[in-house]
Amino acid sequence: MEVLYITIGVSIIVALLFFYAFIRSVMSGQYEDTYTPSVRMLFDDELVIAKKNDEKEPNSNQESIKNN
Amino acid sequence: MDINSCYHCGASCGKSTILFDEKQFCCNGCKTVYEILSNNELGCYYDMQSTPGTIPSDIKGKYNYLENEDIIEKLLEFNDTETSVVEFFIPSIHCSSCIWILENLTKLNSGVTTSMVNFPKKTVRITFKNKATNLKQLAELMTSIGYEPYISLDDADAIKNKVDKTLIYQVTIAAFCFGNIMLLSFPEYFDANEFWLEKYKHVFRWLMFAMAIPVVFYSAKNYYISAYKGLSHKILNIDVPIALGVSVLFIRSTIEIAFDIGTGFFDSLAGLVFFLLLGKFFQQKTYNFLSFERDYKSYFPIAVTKLAGGIEKNIPVQDIENGDRLLIRNQELIPVDGILINGNASIDYSFVTGESMPVTKQSGDKLFAGGKQTEGAIEMEVINTISQSYLTQLWSNDVFNKTSDHTIKNITDTISKLFTINILTISFLGGLFWYFHNPSMVFNVVTAVLIIACPCALALSAPFAIGNILRIFGYRKFYLKNAETVENLAKIDTIIFDKTGTITSADKSNLIFRGESLGKEEIRVVKSVLRASNHPLSRTLYDHIQEEILTEKPTYFEEQLGKGIHAVLNTMDIKLGSASFVGATSSETNETAVHLAINNRFKGSYIFKNSYREGTKDVFEALSKKYKLVILSGDNDGEKEYLEKFLPKNTLFQFNQKPENKLEYIKKLQQNGGKVMMVGDGLNDAGALAQSNVGIVISENVNVFSPACDGILDAKFFNKLPKLLTISNKTMTIIKTSFILAFCYNVIGLYFALTGALTPIVAAILMPVSSISIVIFVTIMTNLISKRNI
Repeated sequence: MEVLYITIGVSIIVALLFFYAFIRSVMSGQYEDTYTPSVRMLFDDELVIAKKNDEKEPNSNQESIKNN
Repeated sequence: MDINSCYHCGASCGKSTILFDEKQFCCNGCKTVYEILSNNELGCYYDMQSTPGTIPSDIKGKYNYLENEDIIEKLLEFNDTETSVVEFFIPSIHCSSCIWILENLTKLNSGVTTSMVNFPKKTVRITFKNKATNLKQLAELMTSIGYEPYISLDDADAIKNKVDKTLIYQVTIAAFCFGNIMLLSFPEYFDANEFWLEKYKHVFRWLMFAMAIPVVFYSAKNYYISAYKGLSHKILNIDVPIALGVSVLFIRSTIEIAFDIGTGFFDSLAGLVFFLLLGKFFQQKTYNFLSFERDYKSYFPIAVTKLAGGIEKNIPVQDIENGDRLLIRNQELIPVDGILINGNASIDYSFVTGESMPVTKQSGDKLFAGGKQTEGAIEMEVINTISQSYLTQLWSNDVFNKTSDHTIKNITDTISKLFTINILTISFLGGLFWYFHNPSMVFNVVTAVLIIACPCALALSAPFAIGNILRIFGYRKFYLKNAETVENLAKIDTIIFDKTGTITSADKSNLIFRGESLGKEEIRVVKSVLRASNHPLSRTLYDHIQEEILTEKPTYFEEQLGKGIHAVLNTMDIKLGSASFVGATSSETNETAVHLAINNRFKGSYIFKNSYREGTKDVFEALSKKYKLVILSGDNDGEKEYLEKFLPKNTLFQFNQKPENKLEYIKKLQQNGGKVMMVGDGLNDAGALAQSNVGIVISENVNVFSPACDGILDAKFFNKLPKLLTISNKTMTIIKTSFILAFCYNVIGLYFALTGALTPIVAAILMPVSSISIVIFVTIMTNLISKRNI
């Protein structure tokens, strides 16, 4: 039954990893604005359509910013 | 969509429709925004939401101060020589199109690297290249497309304070440890003397101990601090028994596992702390987009234009010195006291006094800080610096320097005093009893009493009830600063209303003409005559009349101070002014009116009516049954008679009240034991709002401009005020009822504790059951009363 030390050890490490991930997400401010990203997510499509219609060369710099 | 509505902002276009690109616009401003956007391939701004825009305002010269290095430095969040980061507050953000356009600013100004909108806070954070653009350009760009940033002295002064996330971390750690300890303690709940379990129980126990350490020393640390603070103020607040319970739990459990007596109560300990913190977290409802702490600084402009030797120079308002010459443009606020040098001063002092009519000033007159110039530009000479000015002096009053440290005695603390004393007595008596019967049980019983009595359910009922009510109020556009406000609302016995802007709506005075109907020619003549007059009433009337003015000038014009105007134009002899001056027979004194006589014949009067908010009468009638009502107005008593008829009989009236008078009036009531709620709107009420037990601001637009207060109520919901008060009262009743329920649980727990039968499993069941059932009870009840009352 010495395997218990390993299983408990592993389970706690896994739990701690998730715990760390959560704390990091809070620190990085992910939960400060929960609304805007939900809207922003829908924009990229709109931008592509607009570009197709205008048939102008998309500025790759702007595109990458948009996707950030 | 309305056929005649503007493609950009959705306002009705009226007669002056501007056609452009097969779309109609209400004004040139809107058309320009459309032009800018469509030229930059941002036309799908209009696809996401119809008529998303706002009319841009005129900004010429307004942002010149953003070139001043000192100001730039204060506003920027980050700046190296290459790039800068700035965050603007933009009140007009309201839809998804707004987010889209602001995040695509880079298309309009290539100096912008990124822009990120925070919608709930209504802010946009812009990163830009210093070489390619600057703050002024950004501000002007945003204003030109209808998103005017709101920059105030407050922003510049603010120490960039970070959001305190400690509570979140504390809850997270408590939750993490609670869950894991629960799992680890599970085998021992069943107490089977099984071989493997016996062999490994020490591992489990010490793991639990390890997990409990961060809970006790980090998550629960605020309870010890608060308990210590309470005790040093000689107050037995609710945190005293909690801190005692947590420490006893930890010590007893550690002793138990150290000496192999039992499993300890680590699961209950972690659970207790977790639930308590959850309650705290729930109660901490914050409205990101509101500010309850504004003082005059948020109203004041950040910079002014100083005239020095004919050169205009922008300086921060703090740098204004006595003797400086300032240029105040139309719609700008006068930041300091001074003397008018030249220009047509028509100052709107409604911020300061609540008086809604602008006041005309002659050169040489004194101007006070806080007034807003409403007509053209003026020049003034400074006689007081910003900190010495009349308006800002109000803030040196003690009420604004209240230390937030003073311990507020809330309902839970009141009851916890009794509670703590009782618990200590019971544990002492229990210990005494067992000392004579079975001394080995004393430690067990005394600690068990302290553990089980740890007032988790008691401490949870108020946070959850009030937290829930705060949310319900929030849905009804009634935003309260904190939980104490709900309790204070339930205690008040006097309600004081400001008049202008509070019970009257801010869309200024209603103007009607009463009398013989006038011909078009006559109206035009009247307007032409008014043009020459500088009296505030004349200005308002002039703006009100829609007809074109005549090209001719009056052949005779005389303005008599305090009486009226006498003029001759196109053979028409016009008299405008007071009743006696015009020769009107009847005049109602309770109204502000301009009487008109043409060729010595009385024609009628233009009557300025304050429009009262919808439901004002009902609100007062409903409130008068329970509360003492007072109207405290900075206005003259012109409408007193009307109000006396209009409002319930026992309403008291006080007119011509200066801001400090209002403050003193409330102080006097409080000295006589009154609990006062002040309902106001402007800066002129700021002192009264701070002095009162509960200060509520009525606001037409909750996102901008409200003085420091305890709550903000959307003006549209003014008529709900009595109901909101009823709900706060009932909430307190619910909390009291839940206390009884919590006591029942404690009695059950005490039975186990005193008989020495408190096992970890009993504690592990009783504690969550009591807490959760209390939470459910108060949540359901508060939802019920709010449904019934609104």
